[in-house]
Amino acid sequence: MAGRRVAIVGAGMTKFVRRALETGQELAWEAASKALESCEMTLDQIDAVVLGSAPDAFDGVHMKVEYLSPGAGAWGKPTIRGYVGGGTGVFAAIQGWYHIASGMFDTVLVVCEEKMSSCHPHPQAAFNYIFDHTLERPLGPNLLWIFALEMNAYMTKYGLTKRDIAMVAVKNKRNAADHPAAQLGDPHITVEDVLNSEVLAWPVQRLDVSPTSDGAVAIVMAAEHIARRVTNKPVWVEGVGWSLDTQYWTNRDLSYPTYVEEAARKAYAMAGIKEPRKEIHIVEPYDPFDYKELHHLEGLLLADRGKAAELIALGIANRDGDMPVTPSGGLLGVGNPIAAAGLMKVAEIFWQLRGEAGKRQVPGQPRRGLAQAWGDLMQVGTVIILGI
Amino acid sequence: MERWVYPVTSLRPEDVEQGRVCITRTPLRGEYAWDAGVAIGRFLTELKAGRLVGRRCRACGRVMIPPRMFCEQCFRPTDEWVPLADTGTVITFSVCTISWDMRRLDVPEVPAVIAIDGASPGMGIMHKLGEVGRTLEEILDRVRIGMRVQAVWKPAGEREGAITDILYFRPLER
Repeated sequence: MAGRRVAIVGAGMTKFVRRALETGQELAWEAASKALESCEMTLDQIDAVVLGSAPDAFDGVHMKVEYLSPGAGAWGKPTIRGYVGGGTGVFAAIQGWYHIASGMFDTVLVVCEEKMSSCHPHPQAAFNYIFDHTLERPLGPNLLWIFALEMNAYMTKYGLTKRDIAMVAVKNKRNAADHPAAQLGDPHITVEDVLNSEVLAWPVQRLDVSPTSDGAVAIVMAAEHIARRVTNKPVWVEGVGWSLDTQYWTNRDLSYPTYVEEAARKAYAMAGIKEPRKEIHIVEPYDPFDYKELHHLEGLLLADRGKAAELIALGIANRDGDMPVTPSGGLLGVGNPIAAAGLMKVAEIFWQLRGEAGKRQVPGQPRRGLAQAWGDLMQVGTVIILGI
Repeated sequence: MERWVYPVTSLRPEDVEQGRVCITRTPLRGEYAWDAGVAIGRFLTELKAGRLVGRRCRACGRVMIPPRMFCEQCFRPTDEWVPLADTGTVITFSVCTISWDMRRLDVPEVPAVIAIDGASPGMGIMHKLGEVGRTLEEILDRVRIGMRVQAVWKPAGEREGAITDILYFRPLER
Protein backbone atom coordinates (compact mmCIF):
# COMPACT_ATOMS: atom_id res chain seq x y z
CA MET A 1 0.00 0.00 0.00
CA ALA A 2 1.47 3.29 -1.11
CA GLY A 3 1.39 6.18 1.35
CA ARG A 4 -0.80 6.69 4.41
CA ARG A 5 -4.07 4.82 4.94
CA VAL A 6 -7.10 6.76 3.74
CA ALA A 7 -10.77 6.14 4.49
CA ILE A 8 -14.09 7.40 3.22
CA VAL A 9 -16.07 8.57 6.23
CA GLY A 10 -19.16 10.25 4.78
CA ALA A 11 -21.26 10.49 1.62
CA GLY A 12 -24.23 12.45 0.33
CA MET A 13 -25.95 13.08 -2.97
CA THR A 14 -28.85 14.71 -4.72
CA LYS A 15 -31.58 12.88 -6.56
CA PHE A 16 -30.71 12.47 -10.25
CA VAL A 17 -33.31 14.04 -12.57
CA ARG A 18 -33.61 14.94 -16.26
CA ARG A 19 -33.73 18.65 -15.46
CA ALA A 20 -33.28 20.22 -12.05
CA LEU A 21 -34.45 23.67 -11.09
CA GLU A 22 -31.32 23.96 -8.95
CA THR A 23 -28.16 25.39 -10.50
CA GLY A 24 -24.92 23.43 -10.61
CA GLN A 25 -23.69 25.39 -7.60
CA GLU A 26 -26.86 24.57 -5.67
CA LEU A 27 -26.64 20.88 -6.55
CA ALA A 28 -23.00 20.80 -5.45
CA TRP A 29 -23.96 22.52 -2.18
CA GLU A 30 -26.74 20.02 -1.42
CA ALA A 31 -24.49 17.00 -2.01
CA ALA A 32 -21.48 18.50 -0.18
CA SER A 33 -23.47 19.58 2.87
CA LYS A 34 -25.22 16.18 3.10
CA ALA A 35 -21.83 14.41 2.94
CA LEU A 36 -20.45 16.59 5.74
CA GLU A 37 -23.61 16.14 7.84
CA SER A 38 -23.47 12.38 7.37
CA CYS A 39 -20.15 12.23 9.28
CA GLU A 40 -20.93 15.17 11.57
CA MET A 41 -18.11 17.24 10.17
CA THR A 42 -18.03 20.92 9.27
CA LEU A 43 -16.27 22.67 6.43
CA ASP A 44 -13.60 24.14 8.73
CA GLN A 45 -12.42 20.57 9.36
CA ILE A 46 -11.77 20.06 5.63
CA ASP A 47 -8.21 20.72 4.41
CA ALA A 48 -8.73 20.56 0.64
CA VAL A 49 -11.39 20.09 -2.02
CA VAL A 50 -11.41 17.93 -5.15
CA LEU A 51 -14.07 18.94 -7.65
CA GLY A 52 -15.03 16.73 -10.58
CA SER A 53 -17.16 17.76 -13.52
CA ALA A 54 -17.16 16.71 -17.18
CA PRO A 55 -17.14 18.97 -20.28
CA ASP A 56 -17.54 22.71 -19.76
CA ALA A 57 -19.64 22.59 -22.91
CA PHE A 58 -22.65 21.09 -21.05
CA ASP A 59 -22.95 24.21 -18.93
CA GLY A 60 -21.64 26.70 -21.45
CA VAL A 61 -19.41 27.94 -18.60
CA HIS A 62 -15.71 27.95 -19.25
CA MET A 63 -13.69 26.69 -16.26
CA LYS A 64 -16.91 25.60 -14.66
CA VAL A 65 -15.28 24.08 -11.61
CA GLU A 66 -14.22 27.55 -10.55
CA TYR A 67 -17.85 28.57 -11.12
CA LEU A 68 -19.11 25.62 -9.06
CA SER A 69 -16.57 26.06 -6.28
CA PRO A 70 -18.63 28.19 -3.83
CA GLY A 71 -21.27 25.45 -3.62
CA ALA A 72 -18.64 22.78 -3.16
CA GLY A 73 -17.01 24.29 -0.08
CA ALA A 74 -13.91 25.33 -1.97
CA TRP A 75 -13.77 28.92 -0.70
CA GLY A 76 -10.32 29.65 0.67
CA LYS A 77 -9.11 26.06 0.25
CA PRO A 78 -6.61 24.27 -1.97
CA THR A 79 -8.83 22.99 -4.77
CA ILE A 80 -8.19 20.85 -7.81
CA ARG A 81 -10.38 19.75 -10.70
CA GLY A 82 -10.34 16.16 -11.83
CA TYR A 83 -11.48 15.69 -15.39
CA VAL A 84 -11.11 12.54 -17.47
CA GLY A 85 -14.50 12.57 -19.20
CA GLY A 86 -16.79 9.80 -17.99
CA GLY A 87 -13.97 8.45 -15.83
CA THR A 88 -14.04 11.61 -13.72
CA GLY A 89 -16.25 10.41 -10.86
CA VAL A 90 -13.93 7.60 -9.81
CA PHE A 91 -10.82 9.60 -10.69
CA ALA A 92 -11.92 12.39 -8.29
CA ALA A 93 -12.00 9.84 -5.45
CA ILE A 94 -8.52 8.67 -6.51
CA GLN A 95 -7.31 12.27 -6.37
CA GLY A 96 -8.84 12.62 -2.92
CA TRP A 97 -6.92 9.49 -1.93
CA TYR A 98 -3.52 10.75 -3.11
CA HIS A 99 -4.04 14.18 -1.54
CA ILE A 100 -4.21 12.39 1.83
CA ALA A 101 -1.98 9.34 1.20
CA SER A 102 0.83 11.71 0.24
CA GLY A 103 0.69 13.35 3.66
CA MET A 104 -0.17 16.73 2.18
CA PHE A 105 -3.70 16.88 3.69
CA ASP A 106 -5.63 15.03 6.42
CA THR A 107 -9.17 15.62 5.17
CA VAL A 108 -10.59 16.12 1.67
CA LEU A 109 -14.09 16.85 0.44
CA VAL A 110 -14.66 15.29 -3.00
CA VAL A 111 -17.59 16.75 -4.95
CA CYS A 112 -18.76 15.73 -8.42
CA GLU A 113 -21.49 17.66 -10.18
CA GLU A 114 -23.06 17.58 -13.60
CA LYS A 115 -25.91 19.59 -15.07
CA MET A 116 -26.43 18.40 -18.61
CA SER A 117 -29.87 19.92 -19.15
CA SER A 118 -28.66 23.46 -19.86
CA CYS A 119 -27.33 22.44 -23.26
CA HIS A 120 -29.96 22.83 -26.01
CA PRO A 121 -31.51 21.36 -28.02
CA HIS A 122 -29.78 18.28 -26.63
CA PRO A 123 -26.60 17.67 -24.57
CA GLN A 124 -25.45 15.45 -27.45
CA ALA A 125 -24.39 18.70 -29.11
CA ALA A 126 -21.53 19.00 -26.61
CA PHE A 127 -20.37 15.50 -27.40
CA ASN A 128 -19.96 16.23 -31.11
CA TYR A 129 -16.77 18.06 -30.23
CA ILE A 130 -14.96 14.94 -29.02
CA PHE A 131 -14.38 13.82 -32.61
CA ASP A 132 -11.28 14.72 -34.61
CA HIS A 133 -11.92 18.07 -36.26
CA THR A 134 -10.29 17.25 -39.59
CA LEU A 135 -10.87 13.55 -40.21
CA GLU A 136 -14.12 12.79 -38.36
CA ARG A 137 -16.35 15.82 -37.83
CA PRO A 138 -16.84 16.43 -41.58
CA LEU A 139 -18.62 13.04 -41.66
CA GLY A 140 -21.33 14.40 -39.30
CA PRO A 141 -20.85 11.94 -36.44
CA ASN A 142 -22.80 11.78 -33.20
CA LEU A 143 -21.76 10.26 -29.90
CA LEU A 144 -23.89 7.15 -30.36
CA TRP A 145 -21.77 6.13 -33.34
CA ILE A 146 -18.72 5.18 -31.32
CA PHE A 147 -20.74 3.21 -28.78
CA ALA A 148 -22.67 1.42 -31.51
CA LEU A 149 -19.42 0.63 -33.33
CA GLU A 150 -17.85 -0.71 -30.15
CA MET A 151 -20.96 -2.68 -29.15
CA ASN A 152 -21.16 -4.34 -32.57
CA ALA A 153 -17.44 -5.23 -32.47
CA TYR A 154 -17.93 -6.78 -29.01
CA MET A 155 -21.16 -8.66 -29.87
CA THR A 156 -19.83 -10.01 -33.13
CA LYS A 157 -16.47 -11.16 -31.76
CA TYR A 158 -18.12 -13.32 -29.08
CA GLY A 159 -21.39 -14.19 -30.84
CA LEU A 160 -23.48 -12.39 -28.22
CA THR A 161 -27.11 -11.55 -28.92
CA LYS A 162 -28.99 -8.36 -28.20
CA ARG A 163 -30.98 -10.40 -25.66
CA ASP A 164 -27.80 -11.38 -23.76
CA ILE A 165 -26.93 -7.70 -23.45
CA ALA A 166 -30.46 -6.38 -22.75
CA MET A 167 -30.49 -8.38 -19.50
CA VAL A 168 -28.00 -5.88 -18.07
CA ALA A 169 -30.40 -2.98 -18.64
CA VAL A 170 -33.22 -4.97 -17.02
CA LYS A 171 -31.15 -5.87 -13.94
CA ASN A 172 -29.90 -2.34 -13.41
CA LYS A 173 -33.20 -0.52 -13.96
CA ARG A 174 -34.87 -2.99 -11.56
CA ASN A 175 -32.12 -2.46 -8.97
CA ALA A 176 -32.55 1.30 -9.31
CA ALA A 177 -36.21 1.02 -8.31
CA ASP A 178 -34.86 0.67 -4.74
CA HIS A 179 -32.54 3.70 -4.96
CA PRO A 180 -34.01 6.87 -3.43
CA ALA A 181 -32.08 9.08 -5.88
CA ALA A 182 -32.98 7.16 -9.06
CA GLN A 183 -34.24 8.78 -12.25
CA LEU A 184 -35.19 5.65 -14.21
CA GLY A 185 -35.82 2.84 -11.75
CA ASP A 186 -38.43 0.38 -13.01
CA PRO A 187 -39.26 -2.80 -11.05
CA HIS A 188 -41.34 -4.22 -13.91
CA ILE A 189 -39.11 -3.72 -16.97
CA THR A 190 -38.53 -6.81 -19.15
CA VAL A 191 -36.02 -7.87 -21.78
CA GLU A 192 -38.79 -7.47 -24.38
CA ASP A 193 -39.18 -3.80 -23.40
CA VAL A 194 -35.49 -3.25 -24.17
CA LEU A 195 -35.55 -5.24 -27.40
CA ASN A 196 -38.68 -3.42 -28.59
CA SER A 197 -37.45 0.08 -27.76
CA GLU A 198 -36.65 2.54 -30.53
CA VAL A 199 -33.50 1.81 -32.56
CA LEU A 200 -31.14 4.78 -32.26
CA ALA A 201 -27.89 3.57 -33.81
CA TRP A 202 -28.11 -0.19 -34.28
CA PRO A 203 -27.21 -2.21 -32.25
CA VAL A 204 -27.96 0.53 -29.70
CA GLN A 205 -31.65 0.98 -28.83
CA ARG A 206 -33.27 3.52 -26.52
CA LEU A 207 -33.29 1.32 -23.41
CA ASP A 208 -29.69 0.18 -23.93
CA VAL A 209 -28.62 3.74 -23.06
CA SER A 210 -28.49 5.69 -19.80
CA PRO A 211 -30.36 9.00 -19.69
CA THR A 212 -28.93 12.51 -19.55
CA SER A 213 -29.22 13.84 -16.02
CA ASP A 214 -28.60 16.61 -13.52
CA GLY A 215 -27.18 15.74 -10.11
CA ALA A 216 -24.31 15.81 -7.64
CA VAL A 217 -22.55 13.44 -5.24
CA ALA A 218 -19.98 14.14 -2.51
CA ILE A 219 -17.81 12.07 -0.20
CA VAL A 220 -15.56 12.97 2.72
CA MET A 221 -12.14 11.29 2.88
CA ALA A 222 -9.78 11.30 5.88
CA ALA A 223 -6.42 10.05 7.06
CA GLU A 224 -6.51 7.13 9.51
CA HIS A 225 -6.07 9.12 12.71
CA ILE A 226 -8.99 11.39 11.77
CA ALA A 227 -11.16 8.64 10.28
CA ARG A 228 -11.07 6.61 13.49
CA ARG A 229 -12.24 9.64 15.49
CA VAL A 230 -15.01 10.53 13.04
CA THR A 231 -16.65 7.13 12.63
CA ASN A 232 -16.55 3.57 13.90
CA LYS A 233 -17.17 2.36 10.34
CA PRO A 234 -14.43 3.83 8.13
CA VAL A 235 -14.32 2.39 4.62
CA TRP A 236 -10.68 2.11 3.57
CA VAL A 237 -9.24 2.79 0.15
CA GLU A 238 -7.32 -0.44 -0.52
CA GLY A 239 -6.30 0.08 -4.13
CA VAL A 240 -6.48 2.57 -6.99
CA GLY A 241 -5.47 2.46 -10.62
CA TRP A 242 -5.99 4.40 -13.80
CA SER A 243 -4.77 4.18 -17.37
CA LEU A 244 -5.27 5.81 -20.75
CA ASP A 245 -5.37 4.15 -24.18
CA THR A 246 -4.45 5.81 -27.48
CA GLN A 247 -6.51 8.67 -28.89
CA TYR A 248 -6.42 6.83 -32.25
CA TRP A 249 -9.56 4.89 -31.37
CA THR A 250 -10.01 3.46 -34.87
CA ASN A 251 -6.66 1.69 -34.42
CA ARG A 252 -7.74 -0.16 -31.26
CA ASP A 253 -9.29 -3.56 -30.66
CA LEU A 254 -12.75 -2.25 -29.82
CA SER A 255 -13.90 -5.61 -28.46
CA TYR A 256 -11.75 -5.38 -25.31
CA PRO A 257 -11.03 -2.47 -22.92
CA THR A 258 -7.29 -2.91 -22.38
CA TYR A 259 -7.12 0.38 -20.47
CA VAL A 260 -9.58 -0.98 -17.87
CA GLU A 261 -7.43 -4.08 -17.41
CA GLU A 262 -4.32 -1.92 -16.93
CA ALA A 263 -6.12 0.20 -14.32
CA ALA A 264 -7.53 -2.89 -12.58
CA ARG A 265 -4.15 -4.64 -12.42
CA LYS A 266 -2.62 -1.60 -10.71
CA ALA A 267 -5.47 -1.48 -8.18
CA TYR A 268 -5.36 -5.23 -7.49
CA ALA A 269 -1.58 -5.15 -6.98
CA MET A 270 -1.89 -2.27 -4.54
CA ALA A 271 -4.70 -4.02 -2.63
CA GLY A 272 -2.77 -7.31 -2.58
CA ILE A 273 -5.56 -9.04 -4.49
CA LYS A 274 -4.45 -12.21 -6.29
CA GLU A 275 -7.83 -13.69 -7.20
CA PRO A 276 -10.20 -10.81 -7.89
CA ARG A 277 -13.17 -13.07 -8.64
CA LYS A 278 -13.02 -14.44 -5.08
CA GLU A 279 -11.78 -11.36 -3.28
CA ILE A 280 -14.10 -8.69 -4.71
CA HIS A 281 -17.57 -9.06 -3.19
CA ILE A 282 -19.47 -6.25 -4.91
CA VAL A 283 -18.77 -4.53 -8.22
CA GLU A 284 -19.99 -1.21 -9.57
CA PRO A 285 -18.64 -1.19 -13.15
CA TYR A 286 -19.44 1.79 -15.34
CA ASP A 287 -22.67 1.16 -17.27
CA PRO A 288 -23.60 4.12 -19.50
CA PHE A 289 -24.71 1.46 -22.01
CA ASP A 290 -25.73 -2.09 -21.07
CA TYR A 291 -22.92 -3.74 -23.10
CA LYS A 292 -20.37 -1.54 -21.31
CA GLU A 293 -21.07 -3.28 -17.99
CA LEU A 294 -20.12 -6.60 -19.62
CA HIS A 295 -17.13 -5.09 -21.40
CA HIS A 296 -15.86 -3.63 -18.14
CA LEU A 297 -16.40 -6.82 -16.09
CA GLU A 298 -14.10 -8.52 -18.59
CA GLY A 299 -11.54 -5.72 -18.46
CA LEU A 300 -11.65 -5.93 -14.65
CA LEU A 301 -10.77 -9.65 -15.02
CA LEU A 302 -13.99 -10.53 -13.17
CA ALA A 303 -15.24 -12.54 -16.16
CA ASP A 304 -13.52 -14.35 -19.02
CA ARG A 305 -13.53 -12.52 -22.34
CA GLY A 306 -16.95 -12.77 -23.97
CA LYS A 307 -18.40 -14.50 -20.89
CA ALA A 308 -19.62 -11.64 -18.70
CA ALA A 309 -23.17 -12.04 -20.03
CA GLU A 310 -23.28 -15.46 -18.34
CA LEU A 311 -22.90 -13.78 -14.93
CA ILE A 312 -26.08 -11.86 -15.66
CA ALA A 313 -27.99 -14.78 -17.21
CA LEU A 314 -27.16 -17.12 -14.31
CA GLY A 315 -28.14 -14.56 -11.66
CA ILE A 316 -24.58 -14.41 -10.26
CA ALA A 317 -24.65 -10.64 -10.78
CA ASN A 318 -27.97 -10.14 -8.99
CA ARG A 319 -28.03 -8.40 -5.64
CA ASP A 320 -28.39 -11.76 -3.90
CA GLY A 321 -25.98 -13.54 -6.26
CA ASP A 322 -22.39 -14.61 -5.61
CA MET A 323 -20.94 -11.42 -7.11
CA PRO A 324 -23.52 -8.60 -7.11
CA VAL A 325 -22.91 -6.24 -10.04
CA THR A 326 -24.28 -2.67 -9.96
CA PRO A 327 -26.56 -3.13 -6.93
CA SER A 328 -27.16 0.65 -7.04
CA GLY A 329 -28.95 0.48 -10.37
CA GLY A 330 -26.06 2.21 -12.09
CA LEU A 331 -26.12 4.83 -14.78
CA LEU A 332 -28.82 2.91 -16.63
CA GLY A 333 -31.17 3.13 -13.65
CA VAL A 334 -30.08 5.81 -11.20
CA GLY A 335 -29.05 8.15 -14.01
CA ASN A 336 -25.97 9.54 -15.69
CA PRO A 337 -24.93 13.02 -14.63
CA ILE A 338 -21.46 12.15 -15.94
CA ALA A 339 -18.96 12.92 -13.15
CA ALA A 340 -21.58 12.53 -10.41
CA ALA A 341 -22.56 9.10 -11.75
CA GLY A 342 -19.03 7.76 -11.26
CA LEU A 343 -18.83 9.07 -7.70
CA MET A 344 -22.32 7.64 -7.05
CA LYS A 345 -20.74 4.22 -7.67
CA VAL A 346 -18.05 4.93 -5.08
CA ALA A 347 -20.74 6.09 -2.62
CA GLU A 348 -22.74 2.92 -3.28
CA ILE A 349 -19.78 0.71 -2.32
CA PHE A 350 -19.32 2.89 0.79
CA TRP A 351 -22.96 2.44 1.84
CA GLN A 352 -23.00 -1.27 0.97
CA LEU A 353 -19.87 -2.05 3.00
CA ARG A 354 -21.28 -0.16 6.00
CA GLY A 355 -24.57 -2.07 5.73
CA GLU A 356 -26.44 1.18 5.10
CA ALA A 357 -27.80 0.54 1.61
CA GLY A 358 -31.37 -0.01 2.80
CA LYS A 359 -33.53 -1.95 0.34
CA ARG A 360 -30.51 -2.36 -1.93
CA GLN A 361 -28.37 -3.95 0.76
CA VAL A 362 -26.38 -6.89 -0.56
CA PRO A 363 -26.65 -9.82 1.89
CA GLY A 364 -23.74 -11.63 3.51
CA GLN A 365 -21.84 -8.65 4.98
CA PRO A 366 -19.62 -7.88 1.99
CA ARG A 367 -16.16 -6.70 3.01
CA ARG A 368 -14.67 -5.48 -0.25
CA GLY A 369 -16.05 -3.68 -3.28
CA LEU A 370 -14.80 -2.13 -6.52
CA ALA A 371 -16.04 0.89 -8.44
CA GLN A 372 -14.87 1.63 -11.98
CA ALA A 373 -15.51 4.38 -14.48
CA TRP A 374 -14.49 4.97 -18.04
CA GLY A 375 -14.47 7.87 -20.41
CA ASP A 376 -12.73 10.36 -22.66
CA LEU A 377 -12.80 9.04 -26.23
CA MET A 378 -13.52 5.49 -24.96
CA GLN A 379 -9.98 5.33 -23.65
CA VAL A 380 -9.61 5.91 -19.90
CA GLY A 381 -10.13 3.38 -17.11
CA THR A 382 -10.36 4.48 -13.46
CA VAL A 383 -10.64 1.91 -10.65
CA ILE A 384 -10.95 2.15 -6.86
CA ILE A 385 -11.15 -0.75 -4.40
CA LEU A 386 -12.72 -0.15 -1.00
CA GLY A 387 -12.77 -2.45 2.04
CA ILE A 388 -13.69 -2.63 5.72
CA MET B 1 -28.56 6.44 3.41
CA GLU B 2 -31.94 8.00 2.47
CA ARG B 3 -31.18 10.78 4.95
CA TRP B 4 -28.23 11.88 2.83
CA VAL B 5 -30.17 12.27 -0.42
CA TYR B 6 -31.42 15.75 -1.32
CA PRO B 7 -34.72 15.43 -3.24
CA VAL B 8 -34.06 18.08 -6.01
CA THR B 9 -36.80 20.09 -7.73
CA SER B 10 -37.45 18.21 -10.95
CA LEU B 11 -38.64 20.24 -13.95
CA ARG B 12 -40.74 18.93 -16.84
CA PRO B 13 -40.18 20.06 -20.45
CA GLU B 14 -43.47 22.03 -20.22
CA ASP B 15 -42.18 24.02 -17.24
CA VAL B 16 -39.44 25.36 -19.48
CA GLU B 17 -41.45 25.66 -22.72
CA GLN B 18 -44.37 27.46 -21.06
CA GLY B 19 -42.17 29.83 -19.10
CA ARG B 20 -43.17 28.59 -15.64
CA VAL B 21 -39.57 28.88 -14.48
CA CYS B 22 -37.07 31.67 -14.97
CA ILE B 23 -34.39 30.81 -17.49
CA THR B 24 -31.89 32.81 -19.49
CA ARG B 25 -30.56 31.81 -22.89
CA THR B 26 -27.18 32.65 -24.34
CA PRO B 27 -25.86 31.34 -27.64
CA LEU B 28 -22.14 30.64 -27.60
CA ARG B 29 -20.50 31.70 -30.83
CA GLY B 30 -17.04 30.42 -31.59
CA GLU B 31 -15.40 30.04 -34.96
CA TYR B 32 -12.32 27.87 -35.26
CA ALA B 33 -9.88 27.42 -38.12
CA TRP B 34 -7.93 24.27 -37.37
CA ASP B 35 -4.53 23.63 -38.87
CA ALA B 36 -4.39 20.18 -40.37
CA GLY B 37 -0.80 19.75 -39.25
CA VAL B 38 2.20 18.11 -40.89
CA ALA B 39 0.95 14.52 -41.10
CA ILE B 40 -2.72 15.12 -41.81
CA GLY B 41 -1.87 18.01 -44.14
CA ARG B 42 -0.02 15.56 -46.40
CA PHE B 43 -2.80 12.99 -45.94
CA LEU B 44 -5.38 15.53 -47.17
CA THR B 45 -3.19 16.49 -50.14
CA GLU B 46 -3.03 12.82 -51.12
CA LEU B 47 -6.82 12.47 -50.70
CA LYS B 48 -7.24 15.27 -53.22
CA ALA B 49 -5.16 13.19 -55.61
CA GLY B 50 -7.35 10.15 -54.93
CA ARG B 51 -4.83 8.25 -52.79
CA LEU B 52 -4.61 6.98 -49.21
CA VAL B 53 -1.23 7.07 -47.45
CA GLY B 54 0.15 5.96 -44.10
CA ARG B 55 3.35 6.42 -42.08
CA ARG B 56 5.78 3.67 -41.11
CA CYS B 57 7.70 3.47 -37.85
CA ARG B 58 10.81 1.37 -38.50
CA ALA B 59 11.23 0.63 -34.79
CA CYS B 60 7.93 -1.21 -34.29
CA GLY B 61 7.26 -1.79 -37.97
CA ARG B 62 3.71 -0.41 -37.82
CA VAL B 63 2.24 1.27 -40.88
CA MET B 64 -0.21 3.76 -39.40
CA ILE B 65 -3.38 5.39 -40.66
CA PRO B 66 -4.35 8.05 -39.74
CA PRO B 67 -0.69 8.97 -40.31
CA ARG B 68 1.36 10.72 -37.62
CA MET B 69 4.85 12.19 -37.63
CA PHE B 70 5.62 10.45 -34.31
CA CYS B 71 5.03 6.90 -33.12
CA GLU B 72 3.06 7.14 -29.86
CA GLN B 73 4.23 3.67 -28.82
CA CYS B 74 7.97 3.94 -29.57
CA PHE B 75 7.87 7.69 -28.90
CA ARG B 76 10.20 8.53 -31.74
CA PRO B 77 9.70 10.10 -35.18
CA THR B 78 8.03 7.96 -37.83
CA ASP B 79 10.26 7.31 -40.85
CA GLU B 80 8.50 7.25 -44.19
CA TRP B 81 5.31 7.64 -46.19
CA VAL B 82 3.71 4.43 -47.42
CA PRO B 83 1.18 4.32 -50.26
CA LEU B 84 -1.94 2.35 -49.27
CA ALA B 85 -4.78 0.83 -51.27
CA ASP B 86 -8.24 2.38 -51.28
CA THR B 87 -9.71 -0.97 -50.31
CA GLY B 88 -10.17 -2.46 -46.88
CA THR B 89 -12.15 -4.58 -44.45
CA VAL B 90 -15.06 -3.54 -42.21
CA ILE B 91 -13.89 -3.92 -38.59
CA THR B 92 -17.22 -2.77 -37.20
CA PHE B 93 -20.28 -0.77 -38.29
CA SER B 94 -23.50 0.73 -37.01
CA VAL B 95 -26.81 1.64 -38.64
CA CYS B 96 -27.68 5.06 -37.28
CA THR B 97 -31.31 6.11 -37.58
CA ILE B 98 -31.13 9.46 -35.77
CA SER B 99 -29.27 12.74 -36.04
CA TRP B 100 -27.14 14.18 -33.24
CA ASP B 101 -30.16 16.09 -31.88
CA MET B 102 -32.32 12.95 -31.84
CA ARG B 103 -34.32 13.59 -35.04
CA ARG B 104 -35.22 10.54 -37.16
CA LEU B 105 -33.32 10.16 -40.43
CA ASP B 106 -35.24 9.21 -43.59
CA VAL B 107 -32.40 6.97 -44.73
CA PRO B 108 -30.11 5.54 -42.01
CA GLU B 109 -26.40 6.31 -42.08
CA VAL B 110 -23.88 3.47 -41.85
CA PRO B 111 -20.76 4.61 -39.99
CA ALA B 112 -17.97 2.06 -39.95
CA VAL B 113 -14.37 1.53 -38.94
CA ILE B 114 -12.50 0.26 -41.99
CA ALA B 115 -9.06 -1.38 -41.79
CA ILE B 116 -7.17 -0.09 -44.84
CA ASP B 117 -5.21 -2.53 -47.03
CA GLY B 118 -1.47 -1.93 -46.79
CA ALA B 119 -1.61 -0.59 -43.23
CA SER B 120 -0.84 -2.79 -40.24
CA PRO B 121 -3.62 -5.15 -39.12
CA GLY B 122 -6.39 -3.38 -37.21
CA MET B 123 -5.34 0.09 -38.44
CA GLY B 124 -8.68 1.60 -39.35
CA ILE B 125 -10.27 4.93 -40.09
CA MET B 126 -13.84 6.01 -39.48
CA HIS B 127 -15.98 6.54 -42.55
CA LYS B 128 -19.39 5.60 -43.90
CA LEU B 129 -20.63 2.72 -46.04
CA GLY B 130 -22.86 3.28 -49.07
CA GLU B 131 -24.75 1.24 -51.68
CA VAL B 132 -25.83 -1.09 -48.88
CA GLY B 133 -29.58 -0.45 -48.71
CA ARG B 134 -32.02 2.20 -47.53
CA THR B 135 -33.67 0.59 -44.50
CA LEU B 136 -32.35 -0.92 -41.27
CA GLU B 137 -33.40 -4.39 -42.39
CA GLU B 138 -31.83 -4.10 -45.86
CA ILE B 139 -28.60 -2.78 -44.41
CA LEU B 140 -28.34 -5.45 -41.71
CA ASP B 141 -28.93 -8.01 -44.44
CA ARG B 142 -26.12 -6.64 -46.62
CA VAL B 143 -23.40 -5.54 -44.25
CA ARG B 144 -21.14 -7.85 -42.26
CA ILE B 145 -18.08 -7.32 -40.09
CA GLY B 146 -15.22 -8.66 -42.19
CA MET B 147 -16.83 -7.46 -45.43
CA ARG B 148 -14.42 -6.19 -48.11
CA VAL B 149 -15.02 -2.61 -49.26
CA GLN B 150 -13.59 0.00 -51.62
CA ALA B 151 -13.61 3.80 -51.50
CA VAL B 152 -15.95 5.67 -53.82
CA TRP B 153 -14.23 8.98 -54.63
CA LYS B 154 -15.64 12.32 -55.62
CA PRO B 155 -14.82 13.20 -59.25
CA ALA B 156 -11.21 14.54 -59.37
CA GLY B 157 -12.29 18.10 -60.18
CA GLU B 158 -14.57 18.32 -57.13
CA ARG B 159 -12.09 17.11 -54.52
CA GLU B 160 -10.93 19.67 -51.99
CA GLY B 161 -8.44 17.88 -49.77
CA ALA B 162 -10.88 16.63 -47.15
CA ILE B 163 -11.95 13.28 -45.72
CA THR B 164 -15.20 13.81 -47.61
CA ASP B 165 -13.26 13.48 -50.91
CA ILE B 166 -14.17 9.84 -50.27
CA LEU B 167 -17.96 9.81 -50.52
CA TYR B 168 -18.27 6.43 -48.82
CA PHE B 169 -16.98 2.86 -49.03
CA ARG B 170 -19.00 0.31 -51.01
CA PRO B 171 -18.98 -3.50 -50.91
CA LEU B 172 -16.33 -5.01 -53.17
CA GLU B 173 -18.23 -8.22 -53.89
CA ARG B 174 -21.68 -7.79 -55.29
